[in-house]
Amino acid sequence: MIEFKSVTKRYPDGTVAVDALSLTAPTGQITVLVGPSGCGKTTSLRMINRMIELSSGQILIDGTDTAGQDAATLRRGIGYVIQHAGLFPHRTIVDNIATVPMLVGWGRTRARERAYELLERVGLDRRLARRYPAQLSGGQQQRVGVARALAVDPPILLMDEPFSAVDPIVREELQTELMRLQAELDKTIVFVTHDIDEAIRIGDQVAVMRQGGLLAQLAPPAELLAHPHDDFVADFVGRDRGYRALAFSNAQLPALREERTVRLGAALDGDRSGAGDDWLLVVDDAQRPQGWLDLRAGHRDAAADHLELGGTTACRDGSLRSLLDAALSSPAGRGVVIDDTGRLLGTVTAREVLALIEAERERPTSSAGSTEPLEKSTPG
Amino acid sequence: MIDLMLAWLTDPANWTGSDGVPVRTLEHVVYSLVTLAVACAIAVPAGLWIGHTGRGTFIVAGIANGLRALPTLGLLVLFVLIIAPLIGNDLAFVIPSLVALVVLGVPPVLSGTYAGIQNVDPAARDAAYGVGMSGRQVLWRVELPCALPLMFSGLRSATLQIIATATIAAYVSLGGLGRYIIDGQATHDFPQMLAGAVLVAVLALLADLLIAGVQRITVSRGLTGRYRRTAADPPSAGPVAGGAGSEGDRVLDPV
Repeated sequence: MIEFKSVTKRYPDGTVAVDALSLTAPTGQITVLVGPSGCGKTTSLRMINRMIELSSGQILIDGTDTAGQDAATLRRGIGYVIQHAGLFPHRTIVDNIATVPMLVGWGRTRARERAYELLERVGLDRRLARRYPAQLSGGQQQRVGVARALAVDPPILLMDEPFSAVDPIVREELQTELMRLQAELDKTIVFVTHDIDEAIRIGDQVAVMRQGGLLAQLAPPAELLAHPHDDFVADFVGRDRGYRALAFSNAQLPALREERTVRLGAALDGDRSGAGDDWLLVVDDAQRPQGWLDLRAGHRDAAADHLELGGTTACRDGSLRSLLDAALSSPAGRGVVIDDTGRLLGTVTAREVLALIEAERERPTSSAGSTEPLEKSTPG
Repeated sequence: MIDLMLAWLTDPANWTGSDGVPVRTLEHVVYSLVTLAVACAIAVPAGLWIGHTGRGTFIVAGIANGLRALPTLGLLVLFVLIIAPLIGNDLAFVIPSLVALVVLGVPPVLSGTYAGIQNVDPAARDAAYGVGMSGRQVLWRVELPCALPLMFSGLRSATLQIIATATIAAYVSLGGLGRYIIDGQATHDFPQMLAGAVLVAVLALLADLLIAGVQRITVSRGLTGRYRRTAADPPSAGPVAGGAGSEGDRVLDPV
């Protein structure tokens, strides 16, 4: 557990970067600090491992004041991941990861063994071990950065905008990967970002900060979306927060409609059309949905080339958001629902999902924040 | 002229005795080595300290670059005039020569070292402190290895300048390959002058090759881009696909 007790950072020129910040980052959870540039979020993070010294107040780690400890020793026990990874360009990947084990005096062999283990843990190929950072893509470098931070298995991980320098697709992969790792490792993570979507996706609790180093609101993501504390927070979490909040509510699935399906590659006999419906769902041998086929186009078979691929799928235990999105993005107007193994369960229309949302709103007990954000427990 | 020079160079008489080519070359090498060692002993620690602490950058900007503007021959004469009366023996001429050459060698090494440290990726430096390295460890384990390419280019530039300029030692009646140039001029023996110049140039090139070899061994391949290809790797040294790609697929699964 990391506790900020009225922590202030004031620079010699009088600028106040962080103003009397008090918050607690609970053990085993991800606390996200989010806010616009200049709100002091990075300064706050860097005061935890004393990369920046605080002006007044206290930071306690599991009850111990960090001020009394040797800074370098303190840092060796805290994982540190930064933007652009900050890998050492003259060292191979495996030696980068082995940095902290070597610093704390493990032997070279043991440090390397641990490094190889971590390389796999963060989803990288062992063949990359003898390469240099410049030979890796940005996303791969960032994974190595995470591996380096985890090398001596520190209970705390500080992450300073670790994913903001990579493209959106890689960023989403890295977020998913982080949540998967966190499910295994149970670290106390403090994560800084300026991206509210990222904060909401990965945070167990989110601290929104504002200019001048003030804490605007500290709340779990769902509560932040449902009950922003003031205009600043409301503005910051954005316009479509109503829609995004659906990601945190799960509902009893409505009765799914059965969908007529055809095997991928099968020939079509003429009498399939005329049933008042122009779309046919194509599945593979394991009943996994592959795409929609437009019957009006007059294809003679269900070849992969003919499929409309635009839709998303929703998982059975997914959120209302993924359910609604599946329905809205489906060319047929019917969202495809699958089970854990990807097998087709049935379909649902946007109208049905909306009815579900209405019903959910009327249930008096279902206040946002109390519901378990299930989408996060089923990554990938 | 070229023929005469080659004749001079191939004359066995010029390769023996106390003013033969081997002895003169050895003298030249000794002057250069001593000067280079002293210049590095001053410039490398100073450059490391300035680069690491960020203090005293004015020394690099002002003094080091100012030193380059000084004419070495003028300095030499000045030092001889100042120092020679104080010392009675041979050193009266040796020390001024060496000091003049050190003044020549310090700026490139100092600038190279300072610039090398300054140019270390700030993210790598931040990470080095962040994982718990002490200031000294950051300097030795991260900053110095990353600064080596620029430090070497400073060293090579200093070496070339010192070897070329060490000829001036002959001007104050010392040895070295400069003797052939100075004496040749005095006696209008132009083939000898030319031979001396060629010998200096060859020596400078050999020294540069030698340092280049050392550089190749000591500088990490991660910095130079000369990556070793292992049998398992494809010829291109680009990023390897893999590791990424399995995640997030379900979300984007097209239906």
